[in-house]
Amino acid sequence: MLPEEVTKFIGQVSGTSIFEVEKEVIRRFADAVDDSNPLYWDEEYAKKSKYGAIIAPPGFISSPWFSNRPTKWPKRGTTASDATAGLRPALANAGLGRGLDGRMEYEFFAPVRAGDTITAETKITDIIEREGSTGRLAFLITETTYTNQNGEVVAKARATSIHR
Amino acid sequence: MAKQLYWEDVEVDSEVTPLPKVATSLMLVKWAGASGDMNPLHYDNSFAGGQGVGKPIVHGALKRQWLIQLMTDWIGEEGFLKKFSCQYRAMDYPRAMKTMTEPEEGETWQCKGKVTKKYVEDGEHYVDCNIWVENEKSEVTTPGRATAILPSKG
Repeated sequence: MLPEEVTKFIGQVSGTSIFEVEKEVIRRFADAVDDSNPLYWDEEYAKKSKYGAIIAPPGFISSPWFSNRPTKWPKRGTTASDATAGLRPALANAGLGRGLDGRMEYEFFAPVRAGDTITAETKITDIIEREGSTGRLAFLITETTYTNQNGEVVAKARATSIHR
Repeated sequence: MAKQLYWEDVEVDSEVTPLPKVATSLMLVKWAGASGDMNPLHYDNSFAGGQGVGKPIVHGALKRQWLIQLMTDWIGEEGFLKKFSCQYRAMDYPRAMKTMTEPEEGETWQCKGKVTKKYVEDGEHYVDCNIWVENEKSEVTTPGRATAILPSKG
């Protein structure tokens, strides 16, 4: 049984971030993947495309840069709730302090362009205990909704991490 | 860039154009900086050992981006990636660097995919695909699925 100290976070919003999508940050991201798609690099090319601007690769918006902001800059971005600060220590106390990324699911609704401002709200959807081959595991599932400056939902993500 | 793919060009079992990738310690550093995933699991030998993975491992999210590129390269500019999912099922270890820019000889990964379904819904032309990353032993380390909207010749 997972302790109440852990399960009390289920259903809570773990954080809201607001971030700006910028050309050089997109280029750096594309370079790290080794993806030379001109839509991410070449502004002249991108302007002539159906997008009209440099776009971010799908998945760019999940960058931890945009979510794991220190709380000393609350005006610029993350409103970190109790859940962000409290959940990891609670998992560690329960002997589940080692985490690994397990899975990611996306649904994409609209492109993300350089110059957009994105608001990301993350909710802790579930924390499920399982017996793994090496012992007790907890699956942490979070869902994030990404909205642009026009109020359009551009993407939704569902992430699963595995804690042991 | 490749010629634009159309919905009429693909069938069930059509292959997605394979995409080779080489993970190096340099790529992992670039990815950490570019994405903001600063987990020492991916760059610190001692920490990685303590976490029980042996040596620093490739970020799952980097493999996710490889698979996203697999799809975006194949569907072309007129295609739209609608849904995507992947599981980080097995660990991958990066090649070390030989020089500042060249990696040591070693593993090359292959991103691959196959069409499982094609259909029209609300006037849009869809393909569903199974996608995956294979290591050099042809083991699937990162399986996944993707759904894309393709342009139609009408």
